[in-house]
Amino acid sequence: MADPIPARGPVVEADGISKRFGATVALSDARISVAPGESHALVGRNGAGKSTLVSILTGLQNPDTGTLRFNGEQAPAPGDTDAWRSKVACVYQRSTIIPALTVAENLFLDRQSSRALRPIGWKQLRRRATELLAEYGVDVDPSARAEDLTVEQRQFVEIARALSFGARFIILDEPTAKLDARGIEQLFDKLRSLQEQGVAFLFISHHLQEVYDLCTTVTVYRDARHIVTAPVAELSHHALVEAMTGERTRGTEPSWSVTGERHFGDTPLLDVSGLSLAGAYRNFSLTARPGEVVGLAGAAASGNVQIGETIAGLHRPRSGTITVAGRPVRTGRVPAALAAGIGFVPEDRHIQGIIPQRSVAENATLTVTDQLGPFGTVLPSRTRAFAQRMISDLDIKTPGPSAPVSALSGGNQQKVVIARALATNPQVLVAIRPTNGVDIKSKESLLGTVRQVADAGKSALIVSDELDDLRVCDRVVAMFHGRVVAEFEHGWSDEQLVAAMEGMAGPTDTKESHVSHN
Amino acid sequence: MAVTAPAPAGRRFDIARYRDLSLVPALLVLGVIGFIVSPAFLTADNLLGVGQQATELSLLVLAQALILIAGRMDLSLESTIGVAPVIAVWLVLPDHGSRFIGLGLFPEWSAILLCLAVGALIGAANGFFILKLRLNGFIVTLGALTLLRGLQVAISEGQSIVTLPSSFTYLGRTSWLGVPAAIWICALLFLIGGSALAWLRHGRSLYAIGGNAEAARAAGIRVDRITWIVLIIGGLLAAFAGILYTGHYGSISADQGNGWIFQVFAATVIGGVSLNGGRGTLFGALTGVLTLQLVVNVMTLAGVPPLWNQFLNGAIIIVALIISRFTSGEKQE
Repeated sequence: MADPIPARGPVVEADGISKRFGATVALSDARISVAPGESHALVGRNGAGKSTLVSILTGLQNPDTGTLRFNGEQAPAPGDTDAWRSKVACVYQRSTIIPALTVAENLFLDRQSSRALRPIGWKQLRRRATELLAEYGVDVDPSARAEDLTVEQRQFVEIARALSFGARFIILDEPTAKLDARGIEQLFDKLRSLQEQGVAFLFISHHLQEVYDLCTTVTVYRDARHIVTAPVAELSHHALVEAMTGERTRGTEPSWSVTGERHFGDTPLLDVSGLSLAGAYRNFSLTARPGEVVGLAGAAASGNVQIGETIAGLHRPRSGTITVAGRPVRTGRVPAALAAGIGFVPEDRHIQGIIPQRSVAENATLTVTDQLGPFGTVLPSRTRAFAQRMISDLDIKTPGPSAPVSALSGGNQQKVVIARALATNPQVLVAIRPTNGVDIKSKESLLGTVRQVADAGKSALIVSDELDDLRVCDRVVAMFHGRVVAEFEHGWSDEQLVAAMEGMAGPTDTKESHVSHN
Repeated sequence: MAVTAPAPAGRRFDIARYRDLSLVPALLVLGVIGFIVSPAFLTADNLLGVGQQATELSLLVLAQALILIAGRMDLSLESTIGVAPVIAVWLVLPDHGSRFIGLGLFPEWSAILLCLAVGALIGAANGFFILKLRLNGFIVTLGALTLLRGLQVAISEGQSIVTLPSSFTYLGRTSWLGVPAAIWICALLFLIGGSALAWLRHGRSLYAIGGNAEAARAAGIRVDRITWIVLIIGGLLAAFAGILYTGHYGSISADQGNGWIFQVFAATVIGGVSLNGGRGTLFGALTGVLTLQLVVNVMTLAGVPPLWNQFLNGAIIIVALIISRFTSGEKQE
């Protein structure tokens, strides 16, 4: 406190921060420092202490030990919300937008008028909102209801609101998790222009490529400790992963490999032909042969997710047929799809995947309750045995089959979802964004599992816009606005695929005949 | 059949913006039907009678609407409307002389204040269980509903109380400018409530809390405190409804308010207030009450036997729900 205040110190400087929750050490002697105008990445696996650091930096929690300074000044007193907000802005992982209210009201929530008893001037509020949005270059109608905005527009609104309290430093906690490639590009453009205005970032992401794209400095946390802080340019991809996982990555290749030269069976396992769904996609055809992993790439509105869900029986297409191993599948019915041998990993595990308070065993066997006992009974012993096998096959880190799924990390929850999909021993596995929101190690193991399914003579369809997911595929079909625009054999370049997903002419038009062949 | 007519002609323009008005056409149609059915319908006497009968229910609806918008619910309102007046008069009536033996602890003029205080206390107790002990609000208020009903029966020994302080019954039986005072007061309370929800920060914060409590907390809104205050206001309004009801009928009956909570929920929800919180207006809730009351009135004038009232009430709730589902275009899950 006696230090002279530096003219232009780091916007935030935390040192020796420790925090315990009961027996759990959430942070141990951690530190971070962000310079003005810097874009700083914070990476680490689930449980590394990132979320705790965010809640300490935003004043939601007090550290047990350590010092925290903003612009060289002591951090505000705990509970002084306004003072904290003027130092640090935060866009949380979970949306803090209230859907039923207008954009203007969301921006000025709880400060719509200057005093509690002064009536709100709605016209004035809209004018202030327009000014605020213009200041940060956000092109959104202030009188629109928030629920009518796109995901990235809502995020821009959150960023504008967070910065409107006067902070020049903003924490973004996994801002890209819910965005598609186009949304991420728009977000990054916005962030870069804010950076030019002198705003500093702390950017938290599981997606390492984004760190390289956006940030200049990176800090790695592991097991509640600070591991390294370095300029992004000086840290190779491998060094970064190594710092996060604490072990040397095995060789340069992941555990699975795609040669692009393997021989697939001749008769397709999955044959989709002429599928159309109003408002989503038109006249879609696709085949997948035994041993093949096919990628279905596309941004949010491309219809690729709906195709995956249609194959799994969640939507009834207006026209078209789905055939598995030569037998037609009745469309629009999940039980029919399951019986035909289609396993399904849904897009969002929190919404469609897991039942959080139920056990790992129950979740993993949800699709096969008919096989767990005679006459419609479900025998606990068989459930446990079945789950135990899944746990060891997929390497699910859990205290046991009876632990509730909600107690597991994101990556392991996702493994439970995959276990459920594989429980029926499907001919075709349809996985939508299978690595959504999981850390890098789980990612590799999840994709490895999909690969193994195919290697065992089955087919897999990965529906995703994440390049890492699509790299495991033997063949990638790219969609845009409900139509197939290009197809790539293994060995495509990132630029090619991204360009195709963004609707720029695909370079491999000649191969499009592949897509529609029966 | 009365309410099938007002299907919106063009859905293209933003109908969701006017969802709170979705029952207004239904009300107009009811009025026309009433006019056709009986010349007695469109008379001041009849309409004021309907209005006065609607006041007590509409105050409970006002309370429930505020609580639902903030994302909670309070079932015990229907017991508060009975137990609060009983406790108030029990505290003030003399301990000898009449059929109902009171305690005589307070002067008679304080009965109204005591009644309101009891209502506020009930709301505060519900708030304590729900917000401090984190108990399930539905079950807590369900328990309170039963408990308070039992308390009323125990104190009043299951009988109606007919000897009441005249100050206590004044508001429910008097008229100002030819219109029952209850209607004036009720309209005023809806106006105040509606304005607070539209133009005051703390009113707007109910929508934020009901829409996304976490987000509201992140925006600096004191979620628990405001929810607690809303529950207390709810208890207050229910107790006040009890005062009006008691004055209106000149006695406190043992089953005052019994079973009303279903009507309260029905009126609130068909008026466009979401059971999940964060949506709806008091004006919409008011049209909900008026619709329910007018249906009964029109049916009575049309000579439908009163024994069919309950059936028709249920039917009208379901029909009104279907209408508001399709005029607002939103699923009611």
